[in-house]
Amino acid sequence: MTTTVPMVQALDVHKRYGQLEVLKGINLEVRPREVFCLVGPSGSGKSTFLRCINHLEKVSAGSLSVDGELVGYRRHGNRLYELKESEIARKRAEIGMVFQRFNLFPHMTVLENVMEAPVRVRKEAKAVVRERAMTLLDRVGLKAKHDAYPGQLSGGQQQRVAIARALAMQPKLMLFDEPTSALDPELVGEVLDVMRQLAEDGMTMVVVTHEMGFAREVGDALVFMDGGVVVESGHPRDVLTSPQHARTKAFLSKVL
Amino acid sequence: MSRQTSEQVAVTAEGTPVPDPPPAALVAVPVRRYGTWALGLVVAVVVAALVRAFAVAKIDYGVVVKYFTAKPILTGVLHTLELTVLSMVLALVLGVAVAVMRQSQNPVLTAVAAGYTWLFRGTPLLVQLLIWFNLSLIFKYVEIPGVYSAPMNTIMTPFVAALLGLGVNEGAYIAEIVRGGILSVDSGQREAAAALGMSQRLTMRRIVLPQAMRVIVPPLGNEFIALLKYSSLAYTISYTELLQSANKIYTANFQVIELLFTASLWYILLTTVFTIGQQQLERRLSRGHTTTPSRFGSLLRRNLIGRRR
Repeated sequence: MTTTVPMVQALDVHKRYGQLEVLKGINLEVRPREVFCLVGPSGSGKSTFLRCINHLEKVSAGSLSVDGELVGYRRHGNRLYELKESEIARKRAEIGMVFQRFNLFPHMTVLENVMEAPVRVRKEAKAVVRERAMTLLDRVGLKAKHDAYPGQLSGGQQQRVAIARALAMQPKLMLFDEPTSALDPELVGEVLDVMRQLAEDGMTMVVVTHEMGFAREVGDALVFMDGGVVVESGHPRDVLTSPQHARTKAFLSKVL
Repeated sequence: MSRQTSEQVAVTAEGTPVPDPPPAALVAVPVRRYGTWALGLVVAVVVAALVRAFAVAKIDYGVVVKYFTAKPILTGVLHTLELTVLSMVLALVLGVAVAVMRQSQNPVLTAVAAGYTWLFRGTPLLVQLLIWFNLSLIFKYVEIPGVYSAPMNTIMTPFVAALLGLGVNEGAYIAEIVRGGILSVDSGQREAAAALGMSQRLTMRRIVLPQAMRVIVPPLGNEFIALLKYSSLAYTISYTELLQSANKIYTANFQVIELLFTASLWYILLTTVFTIGQQQLERRLSRGHTTTPSRFGSLLRRNLIGRRR
């Protein structure tokens, strides 16, 4: 038993939409400073699970906690009380998220996108945030584009801005929902480079991806999901090179 | 010119000889559209007959022009503009509030918002104006117990009745336009804002409404122009807007059509001016959405949403 609190801990997590059960009891643990990869065919529930971590989706049953605290609920004895909107927002602010479709704010410049949340949500001083934002944009290689609007950038550049925007809130955990799936093939590399650098800096990352190369190189742990359950988990090298389950083998033979 | 191009073609075709076009003068003859000509002629004749009828009719066009700048008419124009602008402001405030209420998770707010739209779009504007104006028949006093009390007659002047009638009615339409604009914003925008820890309120104000603006502003221009014309209904509750002013003059001098024409001239002048303004605004807004955002677009957003730097 390690003494460190897991960054994400899922115990028998279920998610239902009416009759349809998307998650059928997920158990997993993400440790601090770990790059945790979620792979699997589309519809396997990996994105849904990721969105449960910052409560964009409500868990139907089971327990999901981040850094030792339940997501979306407070426990008093044997009862779970749903948190108020402001409390949920405060917790979300500590978790960065990067979306498949970037979701930058198109009416704001790159710099304004990055500064928006620290200034409006955390009420930090603009000068401080501005400096941090410029440092972050420099880190993702887009300092020169700080005055551009998202519509003027390529997909890869937009995604790098989106990463900088999430990092500006100084999160303790970063969620990536297929961050390179909407990109032209030649732009995938620049985004993965930024993520690789982030991993080296010790950020805890949960990554839903189809980039097996990235998972093998950068990942510390990998889970293969299918049909709402965890089929197989382990170190990426082991799972990707010598999968034990037939379903994993079938999936990997298609994507590798 | 043609020789040059053929030379270029010859070069790109890598040595293949390209024959010069034959010098024969071919003349292309378009399809003869007899039907179009005939129909055009019929319509032109009908219009000419109508114009002639009005030209030779017993209308003193000198009077139309003379009253165009008469003091009572100018006052009427001013009152019409005042009423239109102020009811538009009221309608905007109501419309945005109701549209946001409609998105609320509170079922009472949603129901009230839907009910408001249903009620005020479902009854004629003229009837609503008459109800506002005659409200003193059932409520003698406006009273908030212990705080405020005044006789309805002194509050519900023709102007106030017209303002409330037009503004509250128009608000129902604007609510639908704003709601459409809000729904047009990609749901990923709300998710991104939520993931950053922004509250729903903040998300609405900073992320959703500014983007909805591009969709909302063009139809708002239409609404403003429509409102300008609907303001003539205030005539029926004796508010001295443009039509009422014309009415007062022609009941005295019996030059009815002349003064109605004077009023119409003013209405068409105003709507034309605002239509041109609206077209300019739309062009600027659509330019703001292309890859190079216009200064005007960001200026508008800044002013409309009250963003601070």
